[in-house]
Amino acid sequence: MRTILYLIRKEFIQIFRNKFLSRAIFGIPIVQMVILVPAVTFEIKNIELCVVDKDMSTESRQLISRLQGSEFFLLKHTTFSDKEADDMLHSDKCDLVLHIPQDFGRNLIREGNQKIMVLVNAINATSAQLAWAYMRGVLQDYNSELVVQNLHSTAPSRIPVIETTNRFWYNPSLNYKYYMLPGILVILVTAIGLLLAGLNVVREKEIGTIEQLNVTPIRKYQFITAKLIPFLIIGLIDLAFGLLIGKILFNIPFNGSIAILFLFASLYLIAALGLALFLSTLASTQQQYLFVVFFILMIFILMSGIFTPAESMPLWAQKFNLINPAAYFMRVIRMIMLKGSGFNDVLPDIRGIILIGIGTISLAIWRYRKTV
Amino acid sequence: MKRFIGFVKKEFMHIFRDFRTLIILFGIPAAQILIFGFAVRTDIKNAGIAVLDRSKDEISSGLISRLESSDFFILKQNLHSGNQIDSSFKAGDIKAVLIFEDDFGKRLLNEGSAHIEILADGSEPNVANLVTSYTRAIINDYMIEFNKARGSGAMVIEPEVKMYYNPNLQSQYMFVPGVITIILVLICALMTSVAITREKEFGTMEVLLVSPLKPIQIILGKVTPYFILSLIDVIVILFLSWLVFNIPIKGSLVLLMLESMLYILLGLSLGIMISTMSKTMQQAMFISLLGLMLPTIILSGFIFPVEYMPGIYKWLSLVIPPRWFITIVKDIMIKGTGFTFVWKETLILVFMTLVFITISTLKFKKRLE
Repeated sequence: MRTILYLIRKEFIQIFRNKFLSRAIFGIPIVQMVILVPAVTFEIKNIELCVVDKDMSTESRQLISRLQGSEFFLLKHTTFSDKEADDMLHSDKCDLVLHIPQDFGRNLIREGNQKIMVLVNAINATSAQLAWAYMRGVLQDYNSELVVQNLHSTAPSRIPVIETTNRFWYNPSLNYKYYMLPGILVILVTAIGLLLAGLNVVREKEIGTIEQLNVTPIRKYQFITAKLIPFLIIGLIDLAFGLLIGKILFNIPFNGSIAILFLFASLYLIAALGLALFLSTLASTQQQYLFVVFFILMIFILMSGIFTPAESMPLWAQKFNLINPAAYFMRVIRMIMLKGSGFNDVLPDIRGIILIGIGTISLAIWRYRKTV
Repeated sequence: MKRFIGFVKKEFMHIFRDFRTLIILFGIPAAQILIFGFAVRTDIKNAGIAVLDRSKDEISSGLISRLESSDFFILKQNLHSGNQIDSSFKAGDIKAVLIFEDDFGKRLLNEGSAHIEILADGSEPNVANLVTSYTRAIINDYMIEFNKARGSGAMVIEPEVKMYYNPNLQSQYMFVPGVITIILVLICALMTSVAITREKEFGTMEVLLVSPLKPIQIILGKVTPYFILSLIDVIVILFLSWLVFNIPIKGSLVLLMLESMLYILLGLSLGIMISTMSKTMQQAMFISLLGLMLPTIILSGFIFPVEYMPGIYKWLSLVIPPRWFITIVKDIMIKGTGFTFVWKETLILVFMTLVFITISTLKFKKRLE
């Protein structure tokens, strides 16, 4: 036990002796959290719209003013020319083109139906779908308004409608900071842990000091523990900083229990650092390690559902997430912070992360050779 | 010149000797393209929902089965009281709850209107938004058919939609340009900064400096192999996205390759700049991985559209090189536009490259004195 404590002290001294490193491990996360958390909104407002109005009737004008009144659309341009509208779409000057054909108003009232064409820039499929959904909403509202206007003159019967209202739980105003802060925090804590722990070991290999450690009577498990605990502590401190920034700067609620979150974070970091130590036994230079980590980090992050819904992924990808520690932490941190989920809600995730942790630590101990 | 070629050869040999790094160098882009193409989606599919049907009549169950049969939703739970909502959200399986009021069908037929409340889990705002608008759209479609079947609803605007550039709404159209952009700048900056600081840290830089090679030749020699490797990366990505996802290059391939070369140059000069600012490899790694990764992913418009960012961030994203290159790639690859549409972005990239190179030369000279 005392050996481990000495080794841990040695690691801390080495880290904090390095001026750049000791600043970077706390400075980079703090700066990035402060800058990047408020950056993202997927709130689609002011979709830039171009209207080709060939009808110029009361109805078409009503429709256009409806669109102008909607918070989602921003009428950029009105024209008669199809080509001009196409050009605007082509050069990114608008996101959506609405074609109102000639005799739109007349056909609508006389014949009871009228086609109308909408062109959407769909390179970003998600925002295209949302824009189209909003457009349809406005068209339908306008449609039912027209029906009511013409009610007395035509059909006497009322047309049934379903009214929908919606509410967002846990985040009523759909504040994206609530969503981004836990995500960015998970990435930063993971990246720092993986980089620091692994590079530390590989560097010892590269400059040869690991052999000095190898000839001492330090046992394998002592070595692994001593390399793990300092970075575990640093990771937890970074996490605490991040949560504080969220509370103080962005006023993000913390609904669950802090103790459960830190318990889970410790288990997560042990699993992640175990992985780092295992990978470090495979690499012989820092450069190699860096590329391996870069590769794994990217896959873990992108598949974990940090920025995209994990449930939408195909089954094999969701199966992969069973061995992806970042996916567990991502889910759990949001559940605890935002929804206030309790111990029983996250129990399956705790079990999963413990299994991963046992796996990576065993791999690290198995691969670490004291002989050259 | 002969000396220089010899030096470049030596650098190549260094790289090729390290088989593991080489595999990863090509593995990263290939794996990313496949992951993004096959796994990651930004829209929703099979999102779990729950229903609290207080009415349980023909119309409400018809609507529920309509929701179920869409690709977007899976009905996970039938709730019986409002108290269950919170706990099922907390367990994390469902994204939204639909509440049908009492006598839903009766009210709809007799009073002409009935009410559904959509409760969505706001902890993932994106999903919440999508779930709500997809549900609304399905309900609306259902009502249109319902009214048609009953012979009412005399007047209908029938909107038709054309999804431009991406008719099947493949999310790969968004991701392929994004992956090229992010990977290139990260790999270039990482590789060059690490390769140069490595020589510094091990003291071999001084050996090189006393050799008859000029400093500029040393730097160029270090960078040339990476330039070629990155270019191969671009080709791998483009080829894979064409082969696996059928994403054609609509515009000119030559123009796209030229722009990529410019962008690679930018990445390499960024790497050189980082190496002049850092003393050790670890420092260079921290700056170029930890410092660059998140800002480029978030601010470049790769996943989150730049247009919807708050004011300051639109400005901030102007100094992020990937932001400009993403636009160039999308324009050339997907829209098929020519140089006249992207000259502005190209100029900005040229300017940024020059800035990085100037800063590096200033710093480099100082270090030698």
